[in-house]
Amino acid sequence: MSDLYEVAIIGSGPAGMSAAGQAAKRGMAHVLLEKTDHLSDTIYKYQAGKFVMATPSNLALRAGGYEEGVSAGMQFDEGTRENILGIWNQHCGVNDPTIPVVEGEIESWGVNVKLNAEVTKIEGDKGDFTITLKSGEVLKAKTIILAIGTQGNPNKLRCPGADHPMITSQLDDPADHYDKHITVVGTGDAGIENALGLAEPALGNTVTILNRGKDFAKAKQRNADWLTEADADGKLKIRYGTSPAEVRDGEMVLETETGEETIPCDLIIARIGSQPPRGFIESMGVEFTSADRSAFPVLSPVFETTKAGIFVIGALAGYPLIKHCMNQGFDVIEYLASGESPKPADEPLLEEVFADLPGNKSVDYWLDVYQKNVSIFGGLSTLQMRELMLDSTCKAFGPGEVIFRRNEQGSSLFAIASGSVAVEVDPNDPSITVPIGEGSIFGEVGLISGRRRGSTIRAAEDTIVVELSRKAALKLISSSPEANDAVTRISIERQILQMFGSGLTPADIAPLVESAETVQVPAGKVVIQEGDEDKDLFILRLGSMLVEKDIGGRQIFLSYLPAGSFFGEMAVIDGSKRTATVKASVKSEVIKLDGEMFNALLDTKPQLRSKMLEVMEGRRQTNDFIESQKGDVGGALELYTKTAKFLSEQGIGEATDALLIDEKLCIGCDNCERACADAHEGLSRLDREAGKSFAHLHVPTSCRHCEHPHCMADCPPNAIRRGADGEVSINAETCIGCGNCKSFCPYGVIRMDPVPPKKPSLLEWLFFGKGPGPGEASYSWRKKNGDPDLAKKAIKCDMCAGIDGGPACVRACPTGAAIRVSPDKFLTFAKITEDVE
Amino acid sequence: MASVPGNRFKQDERRRNADHVSFLKHRRYRWLWIAVLLCLATGLGYALIDQEPRPNGGSWYGYTLGTIGLGLIVWLSLLGIRKRKITAGNWSLKAWTSAHVYLGLALIVVGTLHTGFQIGWNVHTLAYFLMLLVIISGIYGVIVYATLPTTLSNNRNEMTRGEMLEALTAIDRQLESAAQPLGRQQSDLVIRALEQDVFYGGAWGRLTGTYPGCATNRALGGFPEVAGGVDGASERVRSLLVKRAEQLAQIRRQLRIRALLEIWLFIHIPATIALLAALFAHVVSVFYYW
Ligand SMILES: Cc1cc2nc3c(=O)[nH]c(=O)nc-3n(C[C@H](O)[C@H](O)[C@H](O)COP(=O)(O)OP(=O)(O)OC[C@H]3O[C@@H](n4cnc5c(N)ncnc54)[C@H](O)[C@@H]3O)c2cc1C
Ligand code: HEM
Ligand code: SF4
Ligand code: SF4
Ligand code: SF4
Repeated sequence: MSDLYEVAIIGSGPAGMSAAGQAAKRGMAHVLLEKTDHLSDTIYKYQAGKFVMATPSNLALRAGGYEEGVSAGMQFDEGTRENILGIWNQHCGVNDPTIPVVEGEIESWGVNVKLNAEVTKIEGDKGDFTITLKSGEVLKAKTIILAIGTQGNPNKLRCPGADHPMITSQLDDPADHYDKHITVVGTGDAGIENALGLAEPALGNTVTILNRGKDFAKAKQRNADWLTEADADGKLKIRYGTSPAEVRDGEMVLETETGEETIPCDLIIARIGSQPPRGFIESMGVEFTSADRSAFPVLSPVFETTKAGIFVIGALAGYPLIKHCMNQGFDVIEYLASGESPKPADEPLLEEVFADLPGNKSVDYWLDVYQKNVSIFGGLSTLQMRELMLDSTCKAFGPGEVIFRRNEQGSSLFAIASGSVAVEVDPNDPSITVPIGEGSIFGEVGLISGRRRGSTIRAAEDTIVVELSRKAALKLISSSPEANDAVTRISIERQILQMFGSGLTPADIAPLVESAETVQVPAGKVVIQEGDEDKDLFILRLGSMLVEKDIGGRQIFLSYLPAGSFFGEMAVIDGSKRTATVKASVKSEVIKLDGEMFNALLDTKPQLRSKMLEVMEGRRQTNDFIESQKGDVGGALELYTKTAKFLSEQGIGEATDALLIDEKLCIGCDNCERACADAHEGLSRLDREAGKSFAHLHVPTSCRHCEHPHCMADCPPNAIRRGADGEVSINAETCIGCGNCKSFCPYGVIRMDPVPPKKPSLLEWLFFGKGPGPGEASYSWRKKNGDPDLAKKAIKCDMCAGIDGGPACVRACPTGAAIRVSPDKFLTFAKITEDVE
Repeated sequence: MASVPGNRFKQDERRRNADHVSFLKHRRYRWLWIAVLLCLATGLGYALIDQEPRPNGGSWYGYTLGTIGLGLIVWLSLLGIRKRKITAGNWSLKAWTSAHVYLGLALIVVGTLHTGFQIGWNVHTLAYFLMLLVIISGIYGVIVYATLPTTLSNNRNEMTRGEMLEALTAIDRQLESAAQPLGRQQSDLVIRALEQDVFYGGAWGRLTGTYPGCATNRALGGFPEVAGGVDGASERVRSLLVKRAEQLAQIRRQLRIRALLEIWLFIHIPATIALLAALFAHVVSVFYYW
């Protein structure tokens, strides 16, 4: 058994590496344990040459500032992957032949690094932890700092030979492999993308992809389509109902439905998911904030977990940006060494957040006010509060000032720290208002449904609020069960009030709210079946629904329901059987209300009843009209149904504003693409030809501005926002080019490119032939004239935000082929069957 | 956070509400009606106004018509700039094209009346015929714009240009290896087919869709369809050649439709430039020598 270390740091990413460097400087007995044979695996795995960003730019790097004169500290600034890793290697005295040595004076801190040291078990308590490595080696430490990131461990094949060297879970560049027999295991997106890349005919590989089942439920529809197409074209082979049975030198045994089969094999790509590190961490006795998959460990203000002596920092603590990671490594060591934590590095950032509030108070003062007054913040730790406020905006409003307006796009959540607001519930009469008081929240409907604000809200007195960005709000809901319950309850009540209009008070609907149930509905699932006799009323809280009816033996599309509508009212009110089928067009959430109770409410509110009857009548008329088309020659009804189905399969159902091209009008001039490029720094955000078509209606590869943008799922600097006009756009300043959004968008509309060089003007081109002319310049021209040091960043359609007149692609189409539509307006009989020519 | 009501919501809603209609039908044929009115008004003027000594470009009414015509032509020419300069503002190229087409057609009436039916061998008549040439090519353009897109879309069948070429490359690679066991004569045929440029055939071939020297078709001739498919290798090559021919045909159809959609611009634009030059000469000569 070895000596007892003061601190063992596990994981050598920016967080762990910075902690180890600081420990070394402080002369603490330390060890840095790294699983792989190089430092900082997450960054090591970035694409070669990737330009790494140092955001947020206004956050000081702690590690670099410690004790002037003692040292310059651990370095980190924006630069290429190679440069950053090269510097860190020198800091830590690691010699990695795959990373070039960086010239210049770089200090080595004498960090005690142990590579190839995967920690598999941690036992014991503060002051005496026992760390077991995969090799069986055992170490002892008083304190543990966990900085293992969120990558987790890739799952292994479950068959003999699972440790064979030809198996890998990582594919950097498909072009590294040619003329090989390659088997890809796993049909999620990663596996499919790898298989397609390897099957590029130019590489000459023989690619087989194993699918345990018959479908591709885990992959995006697009990827699944491409894969089956590639199979049909003979580019690769999909083996259904097949799983690996054994891996041997140069071959692989497959278990098929008809028995075992052996195929030649030189490389196996296993993309069967990874095991998140949570289980490993919980096994040490560390608690998480909630059962939600995206929850983080519960931490004290000094990053200590619920298990005394174990600290968690970095991405695993919920801070994915490198600068935050490095600062935390520094802070934790300082705390351990001095017993006192340095003023948090994010203090200046928080000062900025609170800068607009009156009274010139300190950060701690405001944190305290918000935490005490706002009920949904009740369950949060100080650290969580700080993190939450970093992504938020705090503001004071005077009486009568507008906080947001009806029909404005907004998906953020507001909470009132002091004062109160007035909600203008009636669009026609602003004097009718409903108050919301101190401590409560508002804006939750926009957050949940992704739709526009339903009413204008003004401050009723001097009021101080906080606006949580969508990301911060969702993080709060997923990590705090109390906040989740509160938001759900309030949103159900408000949604019912908003939907069924004035004249109702919270007291009237209290029993209804009490009995309400939120139900998740996966895409395609039927909520109401035509002919059934159930009697519930539904409010669509999130997502969208398709209404269909059996007419003459065929399922005919009746209409599209956006979030915020209710359905099922006919059966409730007149007691009839369900007259149509309602099913989810995308993943949705509905609030189920008890029909009986609702009827009882109607009995006491004749005004409400007449309003419901009105809505019902309107819907009935639409249905009757569509039904009356069934004798129509030319099959308009059929066309309508099929087109609506096609469009909703292409994601128009979750779109707020999507580009369509009517190929009966498109002359293929690509003026739309050129206009887009010219309106946006010279890169087009749409690919007209790519994408699917039906009945000459083409859905090009271009952003749909989804109600709940998938691309926002995991953007480390939170650079993707929904803007005032509903556009989902990426902030080029803060984007770090990690490519997460690109892989999350199911429609493949995000591209990664550096800003191209400026082109000579149109007149110079017209008269002197200077430059590449209108539209996106060729790749070679950009490369030749561009700045090679510019980072690749994510770019996508921003709906031409800030450009007066709106979308350039639409305005630039000479024939009217290019249109941008929203599903609630376009998925109607009149629009789809319109004769445009 | 605080909000200005000045966002684009209203504008965007209008766009999402309307806007699915072709340039010909734009705003219920607004520009057609305006053009018809213009023709009627100028025609009526021509018939009613007593022009001395006889109707021609030199009378005050002739000057009026000439000015309208010149203004129109200059404005019509500016479409070339508008199309390429996507400035901000509430305009659409569709509206411009719509107006361009109908007002351009109205020029037949305005311009002809302006001449007072005086035709001769001079720069004035040259300008007139150049105008007619531009208009006639424009009419062809409108006809192809209205009829060919559907064909283009059908032929494309969801494939992009790049994908069509890739598909061809994939077939070629298979052909290359499949042709290995063949005899000298047959493999020469295949090699020639593979070596031929995809875009061979020039402008004429592109427009007419005839490619008499197509090496793929010729190679197919060297692989007779054998009943029962005796020889494995040559049968396989044959079927690949058929595939190649089909893929080529799709690409060529695509080229042809695109060419038909664009060819007229090679008359429309140069003739416009010539027209502008002729008009300049026409106007200058009128003022200096008339
Ligand atoms: C493609 C991409 C681009 C990005 N670009 C940027 C950018 O430009 N700027 C920016 O600020 N951020 C960027 N990020 C985010 C940033 O890289 C990560 O959030 C950051 O690396 C997290 O640091 P960490 O120290 O917490 O963990 P990691 O960097 O993930 O390091 C964890 C380390 O722990 C090791 N480890 C794991 N388990 C064990 C174990 N059991 N025993 C021993 N060792 C173990 C791992 O091998 C790894 O080396 C990007 C992320 C990605 C994926
Ligand atoms: C004297 C009259 C006219 C002049 C000077 C004129 C000039 C032009 C010019 C300069 C362009 C731009 C071409 C380009 O840059 O791509 C153009 C395009 C066009 N013109 Fe005309 N034109 C005239 C009459 C007409 C008429 C009568 C028609 C139809 C009946 C017509 C139909 C078109 C069409 C369809 C386009 C293409 C629009 C596009 O694709 O963007 N033109 N014309
Ligand atoms: S601008 Fe219009 S006609 Fe031209 S390619 Fe785009 S959609 Fe087609
Ligand atoms: S980028 Fe993709 S996921 Fe994001 S809004 Fe656009 S279409 Fe939706
Ligand atoms: S709306 Fe603007 S940014 Fe989006 S595709 Fe069209 S031109 Fe490009």
